[in-house]
Amino acid sequence: MIDQNSKTLLEVRDLHAKVSDVEILKGVNLTVKCGEIHAIMGLNGSGKSTFAKVLAGHPGYQVTAGSVSFDNQDLLSLEPEVRSRNGIFLAFQYPIEIPGVANSQFLRLAYNTNQLSRGKEELDPLEFDDFVREKMQLLEMNVDFLDRSVNEGFSGGEKKRNEILQMALLEPKLAILDETDSGLDIDALRIVASGVNKLTNKDNAIILVTHYQRLLDYIVPDYVHIMESGRIIKTSGKDLAKELEVHGYDWIKADQLAKSTESSI
Amino acid sequence: MSALLQNLVNQPYKHGFVTEIESDIAPKGLNEEIIRMISAKKNEPDWLLSFRLRAYEKWLSMTEPQWQNVKYPKIDFQDISYYSAPKPKKKLASMDEVDPELLRTFEKLGVPLHERAALAGVAVDVIFDSVSVATTFKEKLAEVGIIFCSISEAVQNYPELVQKYLGSVVPVGDNFYAALNSAVFTDGSFCYIPEGVKCPMDLSTYFRINTEGSGQFERTLIIAENGASVSYLEGCTAPRFDTNQLHAAVVELVALDNAEIKYSTVQNWYAGDEKGIGGIYNFVTKRGLAKGINSRISWTQVETGSAITWKYPSCILRGENSVGEFYSVAVTNNYQQADTGTKMIHIGKNTRSTIVSKGISAGHSNSSYRGLVRIAPTAENARNYSQCDSMLIGDQCGANTFPYIQVHNNTAVVEHEASTSKIGEDQLFYFAQRGIGAEEAVSMIINGFCKEVFQQLPMEFAVEATKLLSFKLEGSVG
Ligand SMILES: Nc1ncnc2c1ncn2[C@@H]1O[C@H](COP(=O)(O)OP(=O)(O)O)[C@@H](O)[C@H]1O
Ligand SMILES: [Mg+2]
Repeated sequence: MIDQNSKTLLEVRDLHAKVSDVEILKGVNLTVKCGEIHAIMGLNGSGKSTFAKVLAGHPGYQVTAGSVSFDNQDLLSLEPEVRSRNGIFLAFQYPIEIPGVANSQFLRLAYNTNQLSRGKEELDPLEFDDFVREKMQLLEMNVDFLDRSVNEGFSGGEKKRNEILQMALLEPKLAILDETDSGLDIDALRIVASGVNKLTNKDNAIILVTHYQRLLDYIVPDYVHIMESGRIIKTSGKDLAKELEVHGYDWIKADQLAKSTESSI
Repeated sequence: MSALLQNLVNQPYKHGFVTEIESDIAPKGLNEEIIRMISAKKNEPDWLLSFRLRAYEKWLSMTEPQWQNVKYPKIDFQDISYYSAPKPKKKLASMDEVDPELLRTFEKLGVPLHERAALAGVAVDVIFDSVSVATTFKEKLAEVGIIFCSISEAVQNYPELVQKYLGSVVPVGDNFYAALNSAVFTDGSFCYIPEGVKCPMDLSTYFRINTEGSGQFERTLIIAENGASVSYLEGCTAPRFDTNQLHAAVVELVALDNAEIKYSTVQNWYAGDEKGIGGIYNFVTKRGLAKGINSRISWTQVETGSAITWKYPSCILRGENSVGEFYSVAVTNNYQQADTGTKMIHIGKNTRSTIVSKGISAGHSNSSYRGLVRIAPTAENARNYSQCDSMLIGDQCGANTFPYIQVHNNTAVVEHEASTSKIGEDQLFYFAQRGIGAEEAVSMIINGFCKEVFQQLPMEFAVEATKLLSFKLEGSVG
């Protein structure tokens, strides 16, 4: 929900980043305030996941210019684990498998690490088991997932639910959901979306990365941004996604082209 | 990421110090005279002297094995002292009489002897520089007829048992290092579990190499009579030295009808420094004979130390329905080299064996699994399952798997699975994104990777092993 008086959570200015010497992000600007939901849309390869990973601090990506402040702190100077503890959460587009590490153990360590850093109480395995089962109910997840290795042998949809489960456990200030909708059937999409909606409040914010309108029927964004070639080329209200669905990305390009021609006249 | 991971695995050796106890050291070199001297010093019966001399004879005709996948400068066997013993002051009647310097050593090692023994209910037979200094819990074990003592004592007090079994599993001429050991072994442990007795506690020995330039040639013999069972723990550390030290132990296990022997090792000898200077050469022959029907021999090892490890704890499954197991974690870092695995020799009908090997390589190290599964023509319905997994940390290290499978009976079922994985940047990033730092992440991944092996260890040992692994692989994250 847009409230002009709420405080700015994330401020990205002219962010440039490269991976293996190829520049992928070429000047991203984005402002996210508390309570807002932003959607970032764009074709495959436009740099959406790169942007998400750069915010989370993936060591494989190098920031070459620009600044990011998060919660009034210079985000780019922080280690990825510190960013997480400070409230940045990334639901991965392709969550990695970690064979041999029980999901329950991993979830508890993640939870307790964050609790500890917030000066809150840690949970022992039994207490945590009760707690996590409750959260799993919210996402209609089978408790069997606790005993399996992290993401190992999970279907695409199961991995995505496991990501949202972690979001529910960690209660981040800023959740970046990277294509969480892909791989979910319509029922699962509804469940996950309602889970996410329950987690939103006026003090946190969400960035939804998607290239389908579908998800936005369930999680209604305040802003829709279009990314192309490592830049946000258009920002508008929620109707933009609908127009996009009808007219396709070429329409945006044409629209942009028209604008730039206009301004040059 | 390499820098991060490299730093993670570099940690100084905690147990690097030398204890000052007067040693009684034989002159360097090996000849018949030295062997006669060792035997005389230990007041041995004639049969044992001739056992040693037979072994020496064999050894002279043998050459060092060359087939293993490790590299090291040639060992000068005439530059090693073959006997070293703390000067025996007097016979020790109780723990209070143990050299306080020795007790301090154990404290430094984190093994306060009596405390450990009392707390954990573990009987500790202390091998200190090849001679047993103290033996605890003896009376309690004696109540149920168990003999647990140094092998020198056993030679004096139970000569017929030692004579019957010594060399019965690992013959004097079995291999170069076993022959050397048979010729010059100075001490080790002896354990005899009489018929029908289940050993009421885990038996434990802490080995420690303590004199620079002196080889260590321990000899261990464990016998479980019909229906007997025992769990035996071996843990080792060594002080920091620059010159390589040869360690060539021999362990023999004999399990009779329905008997069970579980032998667990946590090995953390000095591995050399981060440039590969120094460290122990660990060339060990361990073999168990599952002699009786339904007998079981189980080896569990967590190998983290030594510059070079050459070791294949093996099972000869002679009894019908006998079972052999090998569970291993081998960690190498810096310039460590390990060539380790097992041999499962199926002779009896319905014999079964399981091999689970986990190799973890970091730094510039190299780790090889080498395993033989042989199904003899007599072994109807034999089964083997082998699983060999390797994990690489960083990209300077190597891992190899050399499985040898020889099946001479077509009723056999032999399965072999192998995998290689890498702790990757994306895995560590996933942990980091959930607030978990690299050290904890690596430790969690490694412990997950080794779980099947750790589950086989007795409880306190499992805890120790988990800590040891984290300790070996964690460090300054940068
Ligand atoms: N590790 C990498 N090495 C080289 N190119 C990469 C790497 N990661 C992403 N890219 C490239 O960056 C561009 C943006 O990718 P990505 O951020 O995944 O896009 P999106 O999420 O919008 O589909 C693509 O052209 C992709 O090929
Ligand atoms: Mg993407």
